[in-house]
Amino acid sequence: MQTLTEPAVALRGVTKSYGEGAARVTALRGIDLDIGTGELMMLVGPSGCGKTTLISVIAGILDQDDGACSVFGRDLRAMRGMAKARFRGETVGFVFQAFNLLPALNAAENVSIPLLLAGLKRSEALERSRAMLDRVGIGERWRSRPAQLSGGQQQRVAIARALVHQPRLVVCDEPTSSLDHETGARVMEIMREVAMQGSRTLVVVTHDARIFSYADRIAVMDDGKVVKVVHSAKELQDAP
Amino acid sequence: MNLVALKMLMGDRAKYIGILIGITFASLLITQQSAIFTGIMARTYAAITDLPAPDVWVMDPKVQYIDDIKPLQDTQLFRVRGVEGVDWAVPLYKGLLKARLSNGNFQTTIVMGVDDATLIGGPIEMVEGRLEDLRRNDAVIVDEHGAASKLAHVLPDGTRKPLAVGDVIELNDHRGTVVGICKVARTFQSQPVIYTTYSRATTFAPRERRLLSFVLVKGKPGVDLAELCARIQDATGLVASSGADFRWTTMMYFMKYTGIPINFGMSVLLGFLVGTIVAGMTFFNFTLDNLRHFGALKAMGASPWRLTGMIVLQALLVGSLGWGIGVGGAALFGHVTRNTELAFRMPWQLLAISGTAVLLICTISALICIVKVLRLEPAIVFKS
Ligand SMILES: Nc1ncnc2c1ncn2[C@@H]1O[C@H](COP(=O)(O)OP(=O)(O)O)[C@@H](O)[C@H]1O
Ligand SMILES: [Mg+2]
Repeated sequence: MQTLTEPAVALRGVTKSYGEGAARVTALRGIDLDIGTGELMMLVGPSGCGKTTLISVIAGILDQDDGACSVFGRDLRAMRGMAKARFRGETVGFVFQAFNLLPALNAAENVSIPLLLAGLKRSEALERSRAMLDRVGIGERWRSRPAQLSGGQQQRVAIARALVHQPRLVVCDEPTSSLDHETGARVMEIMREVAMQGSRTLVVVTHDARIFSYADRIAVMDDGKVVKVVHSAKELQDAP
Repeated sequence: MNLVALKMLMGDRAKYIGILIGITFASLLITQQSAIFTGIMARTYAAITDLPAPDVWVMDPKVQYIDDIKPLQDTQLFRVRGVEGVDWAVPLYKGLLKARLSNGNFQTTIVMGVDDATLIGGPIEMVEGRLEDLRRNDAVIVDEHGAASKLAHVLPDGTRKPLAVGDVIELNDHRGTVVGICKVARTFQSQPVIYTTYSRATTFAPRERRLLSFVLVKGKPGVDLAELCARIQDATGLVASSGADFRWTTMMYFMKYTGIPINFGMSVLLGFLVGTIVAGMTFFNFTLDNLRHFGALKAMGASPWRLTGMIVLQALLVGSLGWGIGVGGAALFGHVTRNTELAFRMPWQLLAISGTAVLLICTISALICIVKVLRLEPAIVFKS
């Protein structure tokens, strides 16, 4: 896919290592990657190849050591803490492998957090959260606490929370690996249906081959590098 | 987000109650221990508290505390009366005399001889009889606690019969007839207190050249007490202090020259430390347990101010609740033990001190938590 518009995410020579001296681990060894606006990009590869590190840099919660990362034309590393937090709050939606819902809050309250952080009134935030829960198909469970929901339902709450404030970029780290195959597939369907509206960009980290088919493009990573970018799961299998 | 912070705090009932108990325990310990300490220290000057009528106490310059009697010349009374701004000045005898009990044993008692004419300095609360009865022949008034314990008649079967109105006691071979029973604040020595008139007290006392213990002075309305004290000192060469100053001097003497404050203070300090650590740790643990959630909030764009506000709110809530329950518990303890030997005093200053302490504990642990949360790499949210 050739993007004529400016890409949503542009990475040039991004490197990142953890630790010092002998304990130093290089997680990213020069990543070059463009992710188009309105695209669902999957990052795949073996465990430890740097997928989580890369998505953290893209989402603005981790600074790269070297190279450039621009998201919607903004250089994230150059932003100061407060500005970066505001940028994340407005622009990025998060879906985590472990759901990370607050156990003390019910589904609607959990979903409302990005809106509350944006300064919306509680009543309005809850109303919009319930509407979003409707769209991911669990509107009737808005009162339930996370502990009262199944894993699939919790991930749907998490997706609603990632989308409720209409962010332009949504990042998901292993969104289906805590779920069984059928539930995972259903969650990805919802993700495509609900999230891929307007010109929203999705970056999904996974090593779950069964959901590759939901991707527009797949970036294959190994040992801190993007080794190839393909357009379908089939292309991935066909490659030598 | 404030509501979110509160729900986070209270969501896990067991943990929430754990933190509350920790802080409650800490403030209970701090308040109760300090109240007992305050109570004990207040006993050192109880005899001054029991004598609220005068503005100024005049005494020998070498007197260090209320029980440290250095008698004055009788003529000093008249000198004091002559000082400008003095409304009235009365003599007070205070001394230790031996009382002979009905079974022949001796008991040391504190004898207070009050002005014959005005009876100023007499007991402030009568249980039986009237203060004026002191004007009768040989009359003495005995404090309730002393009458029931150290001065009681021991009957042949071993039971004690309290000294009562109409009974006779012997003070230094002089007859005293009990005409009343009164209440006194518990003194530090806890000997029985016997009130009589000044002139009668001087006959009870062993013959000495000087018997006047203190001159009690009331200033004329509107007179400046500090200036009055200064004038009395100039005129007599004695020391004149206000009741409050004398209480302070007395307490400071005990602070300095007895081991009480250091010994007791250590245990108060220990209670304080234990309480602080327990309360601080429980709150810190709560934040640690929620680190992942704070990380998620941070990733989702919560600003440092917002996170700080949330933690401060949580700390303030558990702090004020725990403090309230703890102080309430301490007050209840004081109430339940009010009729016992236990010294317990909880003035408002103590509440302010324990409140400040708990606030400090919460602020410090909240600060540690805030630093921890603000330093948190939001990237941990992607760690499974
Ligand atoms: N906080 C960290 N400290 C030290 N090493 C880390 C840290 N996070 C990740 N790593 C290391 O960096 C490499 C890449 O990790 P990660 O990005 O989590 O890979 P993936 O998500 O593909 O499994 C791994 O070798 C991992 O051990
Ligand atoms: Mg990972």
